[in-house]
Amino acid sequence: MQYLMLIYHSEAGFEKTSETGLAAIYQEYGQLREELSAKGKFVGGNQLLPTTVATTVRVREGKRVVTDGPFAETKEQLAGYFLVNADDLDEAIAIAARIPSARNGTIEVRPIAVRGKAVQA
Amino acid sequence: MFRNGATLFALSATKRWGKERRRTSFLMDFEKLHREESGRILATLIRLLGDFDLAEEMLQEAYAVALQKWPAEGTPANPRAWLVSTARHKAIDRLRRGQRFERKAEEIAKAAELAVQPESGREEQMLSDDRLRLIFTCCHPSLPMEARVALTLRTVCGITTEEISRAFLVPVATMAQRLVRAKGKIREAGIPYRVPSQEELRDRLDGVLLVVYLIFNEGYLASSGDALVRRELCAEAIRLGRVLSGLLPQQAEAQALLGLMLLHDSRRDARVSAGGDLVLLDEQDRSLWHQEQIEEGTKLVETALRHGAVGVYALQAAIAALHANAKTAKDTDWPQIAALYDALLRTHASPVIEVNRAVAVAMARSLEQGLALLDELEQREELGEFHLLPAARANLLRRLGRKPEAAEAYRHALTLATNDIERRFLRRRLAEIEYLSEAPD
Repeated sequence: MQYLMLIYHSEAGFEKTSETGLAAIYQEYGQLREELSAKGKFVGGNQLLPTTVATTVRVREGKRVVTDGPFAETKEQLAGYFLVNADDLDEAIAIAARIPSARNGTIEVRPIAVRGKAVQA
Repeated sequence: MFRNGATLFALSATKRWGKERRRTSFLMDFEKLHREESGRILATLIRLLGDFDLAEEMLQEAYAVALQKWPAEGTPANPRAWLVSTARHKAIDRLRRGQRFERKAEEIAKAAELAVQPESGREEQMLSDDRLRLIFTCCHPSLPMEARVALTLRTVCGITTEEISRAFLVPVATMAQRLVRAKGKIREAGIPYRVPSQEELRDRLDGVLLVVYLIFNEGYLASSGDALVRRELCAEAIRLGRVLSGLLPQQAEAQALLGLMLLHDSRRDARVSAGGDLVLLDEQDRSLWHQEQIEEGTKLVETALRHGAVGVYALQAAIAALHANAKTAKDTDWPQIAALYDALLRTHASPVIEVNRAVAVAMARSLEQGLALLDELEQREELGEFHLLPAARANLLRRLGRKPEAAEAYRHALTLATNDIERRFLRRRLAEIEYLSEAPD
């Protein structure tokens, strides 16, 4: 199964991180990606630029409504994502727990819907 | 408690028409098998079929075939294996006929996979593993807590949806929906059917033990709802506790939880009077306590403590064991109980533990010291709505002979308590005090 891991952290806290601190975090991310790739578990993933450069788009009654900022104002912001292959939710949870931002942020694990097998709410 | 409405209906219908005594005896054996083995058979089928609903349906079909065949052909030597095998073949047929177009390829593949799967050689081992797998799946932390409790009762214990909804006082439709959603999430989110790996086991076991303890408490503490259903919840929780401690003997906290439940449950006949009134521990008729349960519980607690259990169940069980083994209320080892509450407070602070610790201090040292601790707790805002705090204060004030203050505290507790049995108890105590304070000395 494929799982999308949405990585949330506090942008304010992240901005305060020192150069060496950042280097250590990026190195840890790199290692995890390489390790997952080697096992064929890494499908994709990226870091996102902060919500200060986000744009929100809605179409209402045929009219485009464009606003600045993220969809929801929250204490933690979406900072990036991993898309992984995992045998089951327990394996996905184990991978999520190794994402560096899990230690001070939050990882939301969402199974990818497969056509014809969509989630019944 | 009936394990399955549909089959039992079939059973009673057959019973009505059955003519021979032999048939009646067969049906009694069949009912016993149905009651005692359905949980395990279902656990195995869920592993084989990877689908809760399909497993339940196929088991019903297998029972129906058994009801037709066994009276004539004789009950097979291993009825459990027969039922698993029959249900499995029914599932293969069902999947081959696959009705839902979009899932047809998937179902045919699953049927092919099932058809080549060998019958298990290590059957007994596999069966007990299946129960454990099922428990861990039903108690997965990604399911909402109420769904974990409901799914465990429905699937592992085999209690009907109607009975679960009665125990938790929610409409049957709500409970049914809760179960459907939970099973849907297991399937869609890919919650595995597996005992967690050694490194995950401790964390995951804590979650399972919590579900079992919640089921027990629902039966033990709930004030409303069907008394029989509540007693059955306690019995089911103890049964689950036995399965866990039996299958995971090296997990001291699982032993401790079983011990704790047995020790609490040993007092079931003494804690409510014939008139349905609450009887406090120090006023209970100790001859009504079930000694064999106390002995078993105490042994489990001792073993768990020896193996280094210091968790919330082990400490509470140790306290329960000290109460249970005191010949009279006066013989209770209060200093030791107070020390255990100190330890609990350090690791698992909660309002109940704070109040209980203060009461233990009152009994171990002096009523005044206990009262001082309760007065301190009253200053805390987060305990403002907690009815046991004024109730405990009232009790200490009453013992100290400070009747007007005690009455005031009982009245305060009555404004906060919602449990009917507790309210009746508080009103009785208040009436006693008011009567005594008005009576001339």
